[in-house]
Amino acid sequence: MEQTAVSELKRTPLHARHLAHGARMVPFGGWEMPVEYTGIVDEHLAVRTRAGLFDVSHMGQIEIAGDRALDAVQQIWSNDASRLKIGQAQYSALTTPTGCFVDDLLVYRMGPAHFLCVVNAGNIEKDYAWIAEQVTPFGDVAAINSSARYALLAIQGPQAQPILQSLTGIDLSTLRYYWFAHGEVAGIRAMVSRTGYTGEDGFEIFVPPQAADRLWSAILEAGHPSGLVPVGLGARDTLRLEAAMRLYGNDIDETTTILEADLEWIIGWQKPAFTGREALAAQKARGVGRKLVGLEMLDRAIARHGYDVMDGGEPVGVVTSGTQTPFLKKAIALAYVRADRTPVGTLLDIGVRGRLARAQVVPLPFYKRSKR
Amino acid sequence: MDPNDYRYTKDHEWIAIEDGRGRVGITDYAQKQLGDVVYLELPAIGKTFEKGQVFGTIESVKAVSELYCPMSGEVIEVNTALVERPEQVNADAFKSWMIVLRLSNPADTNRLLTVEEYSQLIK
Repeated sequence: MEQTAVSELKRTPLHARHLAHGARMVPFGGWEMPVEYTGIVDEHLAVRTRAGLFDVSHMGQIEIAGDRALDAVQQIWSNDASRLKIGQAQYSALTTPTGCFVDDLLVYRMGPAHFLCVVNAGNIEKDYAWIAEQVTPFGDVAAINSSARYALLAIQGPQAQPILQSLTGIDLSTLRYYWFAHGEVAGIRAMVSRTGYTGEDGFEIFVPPQAADRLWSAILEAGHPSGLVPVGLGARDTLRLEAAMRLYGNDIDETTTILEADLEWIIGWQKPAFTGREALAAQKARGVGRKLVGLEMLDRAIARHGYDVMDGGEPVGVVTSGTQTPFLKKAIALAYVRADRTPVGTLLDIGVRGRLARAQVVPLPFYKRSKR
Repeated sequence: MDPNDYRYTKDHEWIAIEDGRGRVGITDYAQKQLGDVVYLELPAIGKTFEKGQVFGTIESVKAVSELYCPMSGEVIEVNTALVERPEQVNADAFKSWMIVLRLSNPADTNRLLTVEEYSQLIK
């Protein structure tokens, strides 16, 4: 396991809170973060059935603004930002020339020529350097790493809306999925978006770092009667995996293309040009050699990151994420598998500590919340 | 016999030695470090292990850990009920025995820690 000396790790404004809650802290992406408070299973189930509160202040924010901001962002990431209205967000990929991921990110359109990106904690410096370099040729556009200006809290779960509504004048009932609004939450100036990384309904709340502690307390208190609990990165990982959301560094990176990751829906093919477009178009024309699929274990075993996927004794892929899921109570995994072995229903074997365990390709996502 | 009389390994297994047999499990400290246990893989009855050999695997939601045999011997009992409900390890690690060994040398307890020594280790 990679261990960074604790002294070098960054801390969010809620660090003391996590310690007070008795959280187990671990290094993650250069940050000291809570992995669990009472236990991953309890916290996971709370989000699926009630509500959970996450400190995701480690996530980075990079803003791109200037007269030519739209032209610049259309070039550097895959999704079509021109389709975004002001107040709307989209999932996108910052692309390499080979159509792979510098990072995956959420893009918020703050104004006609002002975009806010939320990027992975471990990639902030890399992304910022990449973006700054890529947008320079466009002239009147600037990129700013504004990560230190925001604390980010997420409230997720079926009770998220009523709990948060009790603290804000923003009408959450009209705030649609992947839209955001500005207003006050618990008397704190905030930006609230209906987004998340759990597969559950919920919100992410951007506030100044010095207000994070007040907001955390206010949400915990307001949510207590509904069974809201603080949730760590451990359950965040199992929740996102049930929802088949990709994790940078595990499922996607600078060697996997958007098509291989089965995320073609974030490619804005209608855009005439963007970094990686030619490579992706060529790959689409000839067909991908491998694709990310969902696997469910049929034998009693848990597939983990890095385990081999086999077929008839022949290696045909590799597991990128895997766990025993607390809600579905099944062992599930994401894996890159040779294209001819990806149809749903295909039987495969996973190499688990020197033996083979049976698995089956299943449709993604593993978990989809029922629409109310 | 209670945890005060068990012997311990540096890898956080406990063994309760009685009448030439040893009951083996993992410590409360180990279950806390692992988090929610979801999977347990134990050997078949009749298997023999040397001290320090891997006799099984325990997995939490987050991590995989190997189980090391505290003493040499032959497996004469396996707790299949625990395999069915591995989360019991979190509920009471010291009652959640995994295997019983017929010890090949019951007196060979060197390198095993007493409860006091083990408490020092996890301080």
